[in-house]
Amino acid sequence: MAKTAMPEEKVEPSYLEVSTNKYKKGILSWILSVDHKRIGIMYLFSMMAFFTVAVFFGFLIRLELIAPGRTIIDAQTYNQLFTLHGIIMIFLFIIPGLPAVFGNFFLPIMIGAKDVIFPRLNLMSWYMFVFGGLFAVASMLLPGGSADTGWMFYVPYSVRTNTNVLPALIAAFILGFSSILTGLNFITTIHRMRHPDMSWFKMPLFVWSLYATAWIQVLATPIIGITLALVGIERVLGVGIFDPALGGDPVLYQHLFWIYSHPAVYIMILPAMGVVSEIIPVFSRRSIFGYKFIAFSSLAIAFFGSLVWAHHMFTAGMSDTAQFVFSFITYVVSIPSAIKVFNWLSTMYKGSIKLDPPFLYVMSFIVQFSIGGFTGLMLGALSLNIHLQDTSFVVAHFHYVMFGGTGFGIFAAMHYWLPKMFGRMYNLKVATWAWGIVTVGYNALYMPMFIMGYLGMPRRYYDYLPQFQPYHVASTIGSWILIIGLIIMFTNLWIGMRKGPKTSMNPWGGETLEWKIQTPPILENFREVPDIHAGPYDYSKYETKKETTK
Amino acid sequence: MSSTEYAAAYPAHRDDYGSRMGMWLFLFTELILFGGLFIVYAVYRYMHQQEFHMAAQELNTTIGLTNTIALLTSSMTAAMSITAMQKGNVRFSKGLIWITIGFAFVFMVNKFFEWSAKIQHGIFPGSKDLLAKPNGEILYFGLYYVMTGLHTLHVIIGVIFFLFILRQIKQGKIHSTRYVRLENSALYWHLVDLIWIFLFPLFYLIH
Repeated sequence: MAKTAMPEEKVEPSYLEVSTNKYKKGILSWILSVDHKRIGIMYLFSMMAFFTVAVFFGFLIRLELIAPGRTIIDAQTYNQLFTLHGIIMIFLFIIPGLPAVFGNFFLPIMIGAKDVIFPRLNLMSWYMFVFGGLFAVASMLLPGGSADTGWMFYVPYSVRTNTNVLPALIAAFILGFSSILTGLNFITTIHRMRHPDMSWFKMPLFVWSLYATAWIQVLATPIIGITLALVGIERVLGVGIFDPALGGDPVLYQHLFWIYSHPAVYIMILPAMGVVSEIIPVFSRRSIFGYKFIAFSSLAIAFFGSLVWAHHMFTAGMSDTAQFVFSFITYVVSIPSAIKVFNWLSTMYKGSIKLDPPFLYVMSFIVQFSIGGFTGLMLGALSLNIHLQDTSFVVAHFHYVMFGGTGFGIFAAMHYWLPKMFGRMYNLKVATWAWGIVTVGYNALYMPMFIMGYLGMPRRYYDYLPQFQPYHVASTIGSWILIIGLIIMFTNLWIGMRKGPKTSMNPWGGETLEWKIQTPPILENFREVPDIHAGPYDYSKYETKKETTK
Repeated sequence: MSSTEYAAAYPAHRDDYGSRMGMWLFLFTELILFGGLFIVYAVYRYMHQQEFHMAAQELNTTIGLTNTIALLTSSMTAAMSITAMQKGNVRFSKGLIWITIGFAFVFMVNKFFEWSAKIQHGIFPGSKDLLAKPNGEILYFGLYYVMTGLHTLHVIIGVIFFLFILRQIKQGKIHSTRYVRLENSALYWHLVDLIWIFLFPLFYLIH
């Protein structure tokens, strides 16, 4: 009776079939559900909707820049588009991308728990996420035009412009609150809900990275909350706080903004590093190299990352001593990041590598993240920073880290975990092709920006000198290739999750707890929690076998 | 599965220690929220020392002191209500919560009169009288309204928490062996008190 593909007889209906409330089926059984897995899926779909919109805006920005002068949109629309592209990508896609979707779904499973510790708060975070998103949409659609300040809302312009800055500020504030509540929930869950046998150093590295991320979410986000609230209050009530006409100091605003927003980039990248640390051992069939170093480097990144914010403001006016200190700490923060990269590579060394799609995305991650990280060091050097500040070199740098790093981390996580979440497999061949197209398109899109930025192309400019056109054309063509790749990838995943062949409990051969339970998981995850005897990546059976055959 | 069946099949996880931990984390975020304002205050005070000094003399220390005493006492009654609940004295506990809420109203009424006096003197954001003053004083009163206003918002939220607690005591959801929600509300209330203890000297006492 048991199918050969299914090592364990499927006896219980999955979380997709069992509702946690009185509505058995339909939308209400989802949007009122407190099950962490359903909430994770709801985040996934809402996030993808926003991602699609922001990709479309990015596409329009690139299309506009294919030739100097006006191409398809006017300058004001262009300013609004890059503002919205930034706000949506950052607050609605990359920050919630991994923690809220895959963290929600897999964090409790990975530590042997039934759910997060505050399930209703978890649902509330999702509602705040959606309301925040609605405010962002409102800022687009309301009369007056959407905000044109850039996602940084720098004063005094954000106080003076007549566009809908206020809804955008409220959106960012609510989304920040949602992020805080998720972080708070995760920290408490990791402290209190671990299975008794799941000691700290048996936790999968994805959990460690979520833990470090959650602390940044809790400790850094309130600063942006109050700062954006102050800008809103200043706009509406005319209270003098940052406006220089009333004695305020705009540079103080920039400090407060980056005190959050720099740590926020680690909110974005750390979970992706966690995903990479999960995927590499599985597809190399090797125990992870330097488990504790990877775990603690996450915490080190979280700590040092909180002390480097002013490197965004080297040209804004600061004392030389402050510049030196912030530049130095910026260099320090690269050490834990490099530790991770070296440990990943050492894990792969002499492994039996299987080039499945999740692993391919991880490969792209490592290369692109290293380029992004290295150019980050160039920008952190004071002398070079003066030359490169506010050029498209900066744009290329942070897209290499945020998209080439975190974005690809999210794609890797999708290819790795979606079969577990939906119990169906996508087409591996198509996925591999999509990976190739996405990677080529991605690099064609952003690599020219490094070059033209170095040559002097300013960021955020609507028009440019004709000498930059070849780079812009290359970049725009890259954006088309990238979008084609994304469409293939998401279509393949979508079809796979709906109609793909049913998958087994453990399609990739993972050793962490989520691979030892039914696919798709049952309502409270475990019938009984499996033995947690060794660390999370115990591939010693493969390793010893290999030695004996030699 | 109906909701009652669900509740029977999957009993809710109870972890009072975890709940308190979550509350403490939330209080951290509140402290950092106000911390941002304290940074702004510190920077502007450093930039405009003389003008902050002049502006601070416009505030009425007596009202500030009365409010400080009201909040400190209410923190005590909030703490006492927990002990009363632990000892099973539900009526006394409820009485103490009502007294706490009473003090909160004393605070807010005082604040109301204080603000309306200021507004009558033409000191409010965007007013002609205020804009005629030097920049440092504009910043001082801007921060005064924002910081005490945000704090008063927290007082109101604290009162709402306590009203929910009273309702849940009535429903029997909070009793002598299950009172973590009361504890958490009291923790929140102590935070409101604590922040005021910093606001009071910053605005009223340092001249």
